[in-house]
Amino acid sequence: MTGVDDGGGRAHAQWRAAYDRAAPPGDDARTMSGVPLEPVYGDPPYPGQYPYTRGIHPGMYRSRLWTMRMFAGFGSAADTNRRFRDLLAAGGTGLSTAFDMPTLMGRDSDDPVALGEVGRAGVAVDALPDMCDLFAGIDLSRVSTSMTVNGPAAILLAMYVAAAEDAGAARRDLAGTLQNDILKEYQAQKEYLFPPRPSVRLVTDVIAFTTAEMPRWHPVSVSGYHIREAGSTAAQELAFTLANGFAYVEAAVAAGLDVDAFAPRLSFFFNCHIDLFEEIGKLRAARRIWARWMRERYGARDPRSLQCRFHVQTAGVSLTAAQPEVNIARVALQALAAALGGTQSLHTDAYDEALALPSARAARIALRTQQVVAHETGVAHVADPLGGAPFVEWMTDEMERRAEEVFARLLDAGGGTMLEGVYAGIEEGWFVGEIADAAYRFAREVEEGRRIVVGVNAFTDGDDGERPETLRIDPAVEREQCARLAALRAARDHARVDAALAAVSACASDPARNLMPPLVDAVRAHATVGEIVGALEAVFGTYAEPVVV
Amino acid sequence: MNDTPIRVVLAKLGLDGHDRGLKVVARTLRDAGMEVVYLGLRQSPEGVAAVADEEDADVVGISMHNAGHLTLAPRMVAALRAAGRDTAVVIGGIVPPEDVTALEAAGVAAVLGPGASAAEVVAAVRRAAPA
Repeated sequence: MTGVDDGGGRAHAQWRAAYDRAAPPGDDARTMSGVPLEPVYGDPPYPGQYPYTRGIHPGMYRSRLWTMRMFAGFGSAADTNRRFRDLLAAGGTGLSTAFDMPTLMGRDSDDPVALGEVGRAGVAVDALPDMCDLFAGIDLSRVSTSMTVNGPAAILLAMYVAAAEDAGAARRDLAGTLQNDILKEYQAQKEYLFPPRPSVRLVTDVIAFTTAEMPRWHPVSVSGYHIREAGSTAAQELAFTLANGFAYVEAAVAAGLDVDAFAPRLSFFFNCHIDLFEEIGKLRAARRIWARWMRERYGARDPRSLQCRFHVQTAGVSLTAAQPEVNIARVALQALAAALGGTQSLHTDAYDEALALPSARAARIALRTQQVVAHETGVAHVADPLGGAPFVEWMTDEMERRAEEVFARLLDAGGGTMLEGVYAGIEEGWFVGEIADAAYRFAREVEEGRRIVVGVNAFTDGDDGERPETLRIDPAVEREQCARLAALRAARDHARVDAALAAVSACASDPARNLMPPLVDAVRAHATVGEIVGALEAVFGTYAEPVVV
Repeated sequence: MNDTPIRVVLAKLGLDGHDRGLKVVARTLRDAGMEVVYLGLRQSPEGVAAVADEEDADVVGISMHNAGHLTLAPRMVAALRAAGRDTAVVIGGIVPPEDVTALEAAGVAAVLGPGASAAEVVAAVRRAAPA
C-alpha cells in the first residue's frame, strides 16, 4: 500500500518514472520517529504534471532543496564585491545584487537628485568599471547572478555582459536573472523612467537578445512582491503579477518571438505574508493559472513554458518596529508558507528591516531561519504536503477565481488583449487606486483593532525600547563614488562616447531594431548610466504617474 | 478658537518610490478634517517649499524610506526658511531613533517612526501646526 490513493494509475506511473529520474541518491526520507515517507501523497495530477498546482518538479525539495538566495548590496562596488566573495567562500553558488536608488532610477552618482542616496540602499554603479569591480575575481561563467533593476535594466545587463566578456567569460555561459519587470513599477514600486510603451519595448529587446545570445539567462522576473508591499491583497498580487506576465508574453510574441523560444526562461517573484493558507493557496493558484493560460491562450507546447517558476521573499511590510525580535517568528512562518507553496528560491527578511537596512547579524539570523524550515521541520520530504486538504484546495480555487475576475476586467479594458488592458490600468490609475484602497483598509483594520498585530495593537507590554545595532553607511562612499566618476569622465574618449550615445538614440527611434547591441557599445565607451538614460529619454520621453490618493 | 482646517502638504523627496505609508497618511489626515495637498513622488525640497508657500500650508509632511533623511530633511527645512516660511516639517518613515535628535536640531518638528498609529500621526500634525 503506497500513500498514493489514485484512481489514476497511469498518472502515478508517469509521475513515478519522472520522480525516479531525479530521485536523490539513497532516497530514504523518514520522520523524526523513523516513519518512512513517500515522496508524495494524495490524488493526481501529481507534482511535475500539468497544471502543476502541486509543484513544477516531481520530487520537489526531496530531489532538490530550494535555493537560499539572499539579497545584498551596499556602499561601493568594492565593498559589495568583498561581501560577494565572502558569500561564495561560505559555499554560496548564486549572487543577488541590490543597486542604490540613483542607479535604479538611471541617475549618475553626481546628479543633484542623487544627493544623500549614493551607495545607501544598494551598490552604486555608474559605468562599466564599477560593474567590473563589483564582480572582480568572480568567474561569471560559473556563478549565477540576480540583478534587481528595472527602469535601466537593459543598460545594466549590457554592462554585465561587457564586464563578463572583459574578464574572459562568454555570453552564452552567463547565468542569472534580470528583474526587468517594468509594468509593476507603474503599479507599485514606481521606479520607472520612460512611458510604459517604450519601456516594454526595452523589456522585449532584452528578451529577444538573451533568447538569441544568452540561453542560460532569465530576462524577466515578473514580480508581485512590490505590488503586495505597496498594499495589495494576496489575490490582487496574484492577479496583477500574472496579468503582467501575460502582457510580456503578448509583447514578445508581437515582436516576432516564438512563445516556446522565450517562455521557458520567464520567472516570477512573489511575496509571502503572514496569512498562512491564503499564501499557500496563492502560490498553488499561480502555477495552475499560468499553465492553463500559457497552453490554452498562448499556445505554448514546451512544458517548461507552462511551469510557473518563482522566487519568494517574506513580507518586509509585515515586520514591526515594536519588539523587533518577534519578527523572527513572523519570518519563520512566512518561510514555512513559501515552502508549503512550493517556491524555487527564498529570501528571508532580517528582523531589523522596519528599523534600518539589515545588519550582518540580522541577515545571518534570517538565513538560519530558512535553514531551520528546510532542514529541521521535515517539510522538504514530501511534495505539496497540503494538497488535497479541503481548505487548501478551496483557497487555491478561490484565489484563482478572484484572479480570473481581474483578468476579465483587464481584457475588457484592453479590447481583448492583456497588454493593452495593463496599459489602460496604468494610465487610468486603476492599479494604484486599487492598491491604495487595499492599503488603507488594512491600516484601518489595524488602527481599529479588528486585526491584531502582536506588539503593535495588542500584547504591547514587555517592549523594553531596546533597539538592535543597525547598519550605517559611511557618507564618504558618496564622495568617493563622485570622485571616481569625475575621473572616468575626464579620462575617456569623448568623441567615442558621443557617437555611442547618438547610436543609442538612433536605435531607440527605430522600433524594428534591438537596443541591446548599441547599449553594449555605449557601456564599452564608458558612457554612464545617466548619460545612456538621457539618450533614451530624448526619444522616449519621461512619465509622470496620475496622482491617485 | 480657530475653525480653519489645518493645511498639510505631503510629498516624497528624493528618488525613493515607497509611497504606501504617505498615501495612508494622506487619507488619515483628510479623515481627521485636515486639508491635504498630496504632491506624490520625487519632489525637490525647493518645489515642496514653493507649493507650501502657494497653499499657505501649516505643515509639510515628508516620507523617507531609504536612509537619505539626514541629507534631505535639513534641506527641506532650509528650503522653507529660504522661502520665508516657518512652516513645520514632520518626517515619517524608516528613521533610526538615534537620528531623531539630529533631525530635531535641524529644525524638524516631529519624527514619526514605522508603526506610528493614525492617532499619533494626527496628533503630531496638530501639535506641529501653528495654534
